[in-house]
Amino acid sequence: MTTTFSSSRGELAFTGSSISRRRLLGGALGAAAVVGLAACSPGSAGAPGQEASVAGGGGAEGYDGPLVELAYWNGLTGGDGPIMQKLVDEFNAEHDNIKVKQTRIVWAEYFQKLPAAVSNGKAPEIGIMHNDDLATNAARQVIQPLDDVATALKLSEADFAPIAWNGGLYKEKRYGIPLDIHPAGLFYNQTVLEKVGADPDKPPTTGDELMAILDMCKSKGVQGMWTSAVNANDLPGQTLLYQYGGVMVNDDGATVGWDGEAGVKAINWLKALIDNGHSPANAANDGPSVAFQSDKAAFMINGPWMTTPLTENAKLKWKAAPVPNIGGTQATWAGSHQFVLPRQIDPDENKAIASRVFVNWISQQSLGWADAGMVPARNEVRESAEFKQKGAVTEFAKELDYIRFPPPIPGVTDQRVEWNTAVSKAMLDQQEVEAALAEGGEKANKILAANLKKYG
Amino acid sequence: MTTATGAAALVEQQTMASGTGPGRPLRLYHPLTPYLLCAPYIVLLLMFVLGPGVFGIWVSLHDWDFMLPEKPFIGMDNYVALFDPQSVIYEQFWHGMKATTIFTVASVPFLVIIPLLVAMLLNRKFRFRAVFRAMIFAPFVLGIAVVGVLFNYLLDTQFGLINYIIGLVGIPAIAWTQTQPAAWVGLVGMTVWWTMGFNTIIYMAGLQDIPGEQYEAGELDGAGRWGSFLHITLPGLRNVLVFIVTTTVLASANMFGQSYLVTNGGPGDSTRTAIMVMTQEGLRSFKMGTASAMSYMLAIFLGIVSFIIFFLMRERTPKR
Repeated sequence: MTTTFSSSRGELAFTGSSISRRRLLGGALGAAAVVGLAACSPGSAGAPGQEASVAGGGGAEGYDGPLVELAYWNGLTGGDGPIMQKLVDEFNAEHDNIKVKQTRIVWAEYFQKLPAAVSNGKAPEIGIMHNDDLATNAARQVIQPLDDVATALKLSEADFAPIAWNGGLYKEKRYGIPLDIHPAGLFYNQTVLEKVGADPDKPPTTGDELMAILDMCKSKGVQGMWTSAVNANDLPGQTLLYQYGGVMVNDDGATVGWDGEAGVKAINWLKALIDNGHSPANAANDGPSVAFQSDKAAFMINGPWMTTPLTENAKLKWKAAPVPNIGGTQATWAGSHQFVLPRQIDPDENKAIASRVFVNWISQQSLGWADAGMVPARNEVRESAEFKQKGAVTEFAKELDYIRFPPPIPGVTDQRVEWNTAVSKAMLDQQEVEAALAEGGEKANKILAANLKKYG
Repeated sequence: MTTATGAAALVEQQTMASGTGPGRPLRLYHPLTPYLLCAPYIVLLLMFVLGPGVFGIWVSLHDWDFMLPEKPFIGMDNYVALFDPQSVIYEQFWHGMKATTIFTVASVPFLVIIPLLVAMLLNRKFRFRAVFRAMIFAPFVLGIAVVGVLFNYLLDTQFGLINYIIGLVGIPAIAWTQTQPAAWVGLVGMTVWWTMGFNTIIYMAGLQDIPGEQYEAGELDGAGRWGSFLHITLPGLRNVLVFIVTTTVLASANMFGQSYLVTNGGPGDSTRTAIMVMTQEGLRSFKMGTASAMSYMLAIFLGIVSFIIFFLMRERTPKR
């Protein structure tokens, strides 16, 4: 795959003889070439954009064929993985002739491996993707349209939170069946709040309330809300960007929306945490969450996937709330997990039906998935009495009306690298906030323009 | 050299000299034997080095995404873009090349000199020598993932062990991954710790090849320690040194895992190496044409650098 440090150190049989220059150069060329070539197989033979017409009513009528084994890939490598495994086990127990095997690969690797697997005809039958990856993978024909599944299962916008439902669309075709929505939330540490004399059951709802509590923390010598140069570009920075009226990428996909005033205000707010003594300078990427979990900080803005690890930490007294309205507009970052069916070069009718049965089944079981902190995308699940009994996830569910997604444009995440760099430079005082974002935005716009050209 | 191969060499020479003319001597082996012996190496070379290498050139001449049916041929455009300051990839690439150069220049001297000193120490006879040799080599067998996690803990500004220890002697906490030049110091230190065992072993093998008589002769001629190091050890290690300098330069220039896992390319993008840029371009943004062009540029540079190293360290005929 990628060339690592040890890649060009394969050979030991050289002592005492002089080394051939050609051999070394050959090695260098080879090593360098690997990067551009990893996983390249030109043989993607399947009909592009094929829409499988599958019998079995898109999974609604069940599957009664011979035993099939389905590969199910996803990137749920955190605390959410075991919960998904539990659901898979339940499914396998209920279905004698379908055996689903879950493989978990960290997301970054997953999006690299899946296209390679698809082009080699070794694609898994079922996958999960985030809403902001769907367009890219649809345009690259990694996944197939599944309008038939939606139709057969009689799924419609009325069943789902609208933003999650529309997040599964690309060019008016459905590519994803929403499983959940995971918005950013405000996690608060009740032990710390109690210690500094704040009400541990009354989380702040506005920026001013938050600041008042942070000042109480400060007066007791507690740095209440850690931030870091790497973490800032993630949920905290993007949530604030939306709140100050910005967007990550404008709807036409041609320009970014973080290089102007909104972005500057968002990053300035985070920087002020350091300047005003609410966060140490130079915290590590996981500093905010480490400090929170070791009772050193009162707040963090993070994702629902933190629910499981925080719950496992028995000593920790914590709760979650919607992110306070800091910037003036009630808004928050969110993502959505969507089921996808990777394109098969040699489609197998039985597997195609069985995988639709699985997607149908599991999307109805999303209540169990709520244990991972993820807000179920299905309205009926969210409105059920059992759901109301769940913990932090019910708080995240309150945010559904104002969550934000980037627009469904192929390659929309490619500009993140410039945003990350600009935020890092700004947070570390390597560059003025305004200049860093403006400069980064210029480069990001070039990336977007190149993508528009590439994906047409 | 055994008699059999000696004879074979002789026969080969005669064959080549006389061609197909009369009096051609008997061949003592099947004509295919040498090719068969070379075959495993050549097959692997063709499949994993030359084949992909040539295919990579082909890729670099296209707007290439292996998933898209259209892969427009664009000639040298990808290479031109690398030299066009207005292009998307120009700044990323050269910034990455700069970071790679900084890392290489900063790490190679340590990776060449420290292992030499360690190897000379470990080449002496003392108790538990094998234990120390194993200890020095041990980190090299770890994968970068393990080393990366380890150093993420060690280098943490607030909770890290290194800052704790230097705090004991009154040095204020250093932001190892958030400030420069501390980030480079951290990455170079980590790399030296991780990979010096390899070079040490090579040096030790080289040292054991130098005949003891030379040192005895040197001693008789009145050479001190420094003298015998300069005139016996170093010349005796010349070939080994060429190998080590070259492979270390290549390995350092291919640095990826350390900045990927520890600094995430930061602070800012100061430790985003060329390979990281290529990974982002080719494997995350799926622009394999430009990524291949970048990797060929890097390969050409490394070729030039290797050539310079060979030239500088070549065996010079003594002047008479």
